[in-house]
Amino acid sequence: MGDWWTPAMMPDPSLDNKELSSISGISMSPSRQNSHHSLHSTMVLPKTSYSVISAFCTEENISQCIAYINQEVCSLGLTGVSLESESGGLSAVLVLNLLYEVLQLQRRAQRALHELETQQLKNSSDLEHLQHSNCRLKDQLEHTRRENSGLHEGERQLQLKIKTLQNCLKSEKEEVQKLQSIISSRATQYNHDSKRKERECTKLKERLNQLLMDKRDKKLSIEMSNYVGRSDGKRGLWKTSKMEARHEGEMYRALLSDYETRQRSLVLENSELKKVLQHMKKDMIAILSPKNVCVQPEPADDSLEQAVSEGEEEAGDRSRESLEQSCEQAREQLTNSIRLQWRKLKSHMERLDSQVSLEREGDEVMSRKEHEDEMQRMRLELQQCKEFIHMQQQLLQQQLSSPCDEETAALLNDCYTLEEKERLKEEWRLFSEQKRNFERERKNFTEAAIRLGHERKAFEEDRAVWLKTQFLNMTPFVDRKRPALSEPHGALAVSTEPEAKLQSTPPLVTKSQSYSVFSTPKAAPVKMPSTADLYRTLHLIPESRLIFQLP
Amino acid sequence: MNFSEVFKQSNQLCKVSPDGKYLATCVQYRLVVRDINSLQIVHLYTCLDQVMHMEWSSDSLFILCAMYKRGLVQVWSLEQPDWHCKIDEGSIGLVSSRWSPDGRHILNTTEFNLRVTVWSLCTKAVSYIKYPKACQKGVDFSADGRYMALAERRECKDYISVFVCDDWHLLRHFESETQDLAGLEWSPNSCVLAVWDSCLEYKILLYSLDGRLLSLYSAYEWSLGIKSVAWSPSSQFLAVGSYDEKVRILNHITWKKITEFEHPATIINTKAVVFKEVEKRPTCLVSDEITQLPAQVPVIKPDPDRANPKIGISTLAFSADNRFLATKNDNMPQSLWVWDMQRLSLLAVLEQTAPVRCFVWDPRRPRLALCTGNTKVYLWSPAGCVSVNVPVEGSFQVQSLFWHCSGSSLVLLSKEHVCLCYLNSCFGGPNISHKHITFMSL
Repeated sequence: MGDWWTPAMMPDPSLDNKELSSISGISMSPSRQNSHHSLHSTMVLPKTSYSVISAFCTEENISQCIAYINQEVCSLGLTGVSLESESGGLSAVLVLNLLYEVLQLQRRAQRALHELETQQLKNSSDLEHLQHSNCRLKDQLEHTRRENSGLHEGERQLQLKIKTLQNCLKSEKEEVQKLQSIISSRATQYNHDSKRKERECTKLKERLNQLLMDKRDKKLSIEMSNYVGRSDGKRGLWKTSKMEARHEGEMYRALLSDYETRQRSLVLENSELKKVLQHMKKDMIAILSPKNVCVQPEPADDSLEQAVSEGEEEAGDRSRESLEQSCEQAREQLTNSIRLQWRKLKSHMERLDSQVSLEREGDEVMSRKEHEDEMQRMRLELQQCKEFIHMQQQLLQQQLSSPCDEETAALLNDCYTLEEKERLKEEWRLFSEQKRNFERERKNFTEAAIRLGHERKAFEEDRAVWLKTQFLNMTPFVDRKRPALSEPHGALAVSTEPEAKLQSTPPLVTKSQSYSVFSTPKAAPVKMPSTADLYRTLHLIPESRLIFQLP
Repeated sequence: MNFSEVFKQSNQLCKVSPDGKYLATCVQYRLVVRDINSLQIVHLYTCLDQVMHMEWSSDSLFILCAMYKRGLVQVWSLEQPDWHCKIDEGSIGLVSSRWSPDGRHILNTTEFNLRVTVWSLCTKAVSYIKYPKACQKGVDFSADGRYMALAERRECKDYISVFVCDDWHLLRHFESETQDLAGLEWSPNSCVLAVWDSCLEYKILLYSLDGRLLSLYSAYEWSLGIKSVAWSPSSQFLAVGSYDEKVRILNHITWKKITEFEHPATIINTKAVVFKEVEKRPTCLVSDEITQLPAQVPVIKPDPDRANPKIGISTLAFSADNRFLATKNDNMPQSLWVWDMQRLSLLAVLEQTAPVRCFVWDPRRPRLALCTGNTKVYLWSPAGCVSVNVPVEGSFQVQSLFWHCSGSSLVLLSKEHVCLCYLNSCFGGPNISHKHITFMSL
């Protein structure tokens, strides 16, 4: 179609307006545009079509048209129409050939176009097909990927299950082993017990046999020199039902008293614990309430106020309910309120802690520095102390080890030993003095004892005589004199003397006692001096032991 | 500390009278009674055969000597040395003999536990109790001496009989819910009777004095169960030691477990003190040191194929003031564990160089005396630990020991001899330094 227009664009200004309108007139008729039939029809058509062709070529511009056509044809590669025929007349043959070639060209172009079009259609359909298949494959891929992940998931779960089942299996095996060991230990225990019983049984059987065969049967008996009284001194009672009832009564009384004591102690404990809880509650309320003022305004304040008011309310309750001691509700209320307070206190503490930690981050640097300074100072101190101790140790070592080298130390030692010697001498002297005193006293005592013995003998004789005389005097022989009266007096008088002497000596004994030191190993059997024995026999001094020991 | 002379004894028969005035020892067939202060012989009695068991009566007036082989029991009086009494069980034999709490009756258990014969010294009367059970502890007298609990077994079932010791009246007779009763024990306030099963079943039952079941406690099933039981002196706690190396404490209000004490091989509790007896080779001195925690306790694995294996808590003892509990675990035989009952935690572990043979608390103060079969006596108190060598010529291997009722002296028993150790009360006070006291001389 465009071909129709190009001639109009030819530099032919004269044709401008007229051709355009005529061409436009042609463009209106669609039947002529599309088919090469229209060419024929234009050829056949009368003047109107001719007017179209004449738009390009007119009588005047034939040569120009021919030149132009030559040009075009040459550019297309066809043999050109030559104008060199007689006086501007075109050879129809050439023109027809040209036309035929152009037609051929046209046909070829059409065919190519057709082919291209079909090709293009094919390509587009192929493309569509490929796109479709691509989409489909993508979907499939997506689908398979999902399936794959699903399968992975399933596999993982199965693995987990396998692991848990393996663990179960292990634990079951362990339990089985444990049970087996238990069974085996029980079995050994049973065997042991049954063997023991069997042994006992055989012993019984043997004994029974022995008893059956043994003719003399030793009867059981008791021999006692005399009956023993009951431990509480009372007489035995007959067994009657009253006694039985009394026993039952005693038993129940014992049980009751035990329960009562237990209950009393539990009640005491309970009341103490309740008091402690109440104190705790009061303390907690006291701790929580002043915070109302200094803590930052937070919604928690309301809760604190609430808690305080609650607490006060409950304090009122408390005073009432403390009267009913064992009320279950009171107990629950108390524990609940304590728990509530405690929770509040805890949350408050947590808040405080977080605040403190925030603040601390601010001045962390400062405190660390201070901390480090402190540490340094303490380390120095420690070092100093260590050195001091070391020095002390060294000095002490010197002190202890030096005596064997230095003269002054030796002298000192001498002095010490001398002092000790002096002390020992003094004590020895004292000891010997005491010994001497003791000996003297012992001599005195023995003498006195001998004398006393003599006097006693004399006294006895006197007494015998006196009795004899008495007896004789009782008889009718009244005029007999009593010659022996004076003697008993004498014996009595004499006997008082040693007593006096003996009385003087106890003070000496007590004095000597003050020197002695008593450290009696209780079980060590000590030899008794003879004078102590004497004293005891004379009933003058009871069982005191005289033991001398140097301090 | 002072030590007395050494006297002969046989069969570890050496007992102090309940009033603390006399010491009775048996030497073969002779009974020797000494004054406790002077150790002079006060009485000397001769029995008919070697004495197997000797016991003072509760009023310290009589002593019984039992000769099991001949089935004889002879009773001697201290007030009247020429008074004599002989009980002959005849052909039925004798297995054990004991006094009743009033000191006027003697209970003889015949051979094969056929019956218990009750002889009265006041009336020469005899009573019989049939079907007594032969177990670890089948008879127990209450602390006030009023009641006696006896375990019986009839027709494969366990029964418990409670007798009034006054006139041997049967107060209560009830069936016990145990499978195989192993022992029973009255609480110190005489109101509760603890009954436990054999080691094949962990079961401890608590019966009230009138025979009602108060509670049943069972910690676990199937494994070997209870090995030892002890009441605290105030009756507040009941300590149960078992084969799983744990002690469980039950409280007297709910009869439920309040805590359990474990005996691990590694001690990591930082509040506990471990005293370790260490042998120092060159001078042969043994000192007590405090070791650093965590400490390892030597363990001896028991033979799994034997019955009654040597594992588990076999001995428990509360101190007299109820504040401490001493325990011994059989597979750690060289160690003794002391627990604080106020804090319910481990207080000290005493590790010795030989297995602990015997340990006893002082009846007055919180002092523990123990011996391991060597020549030393070890004392522990909250202030520290002391070991004392018995300064006797020849060696005196302390096999067992017990306290005098006043807590002022210890009676030490070797295989054939006995010796007294007098303690001054300063040990146990705050100014005692310890740990390196090695050799104490007179």
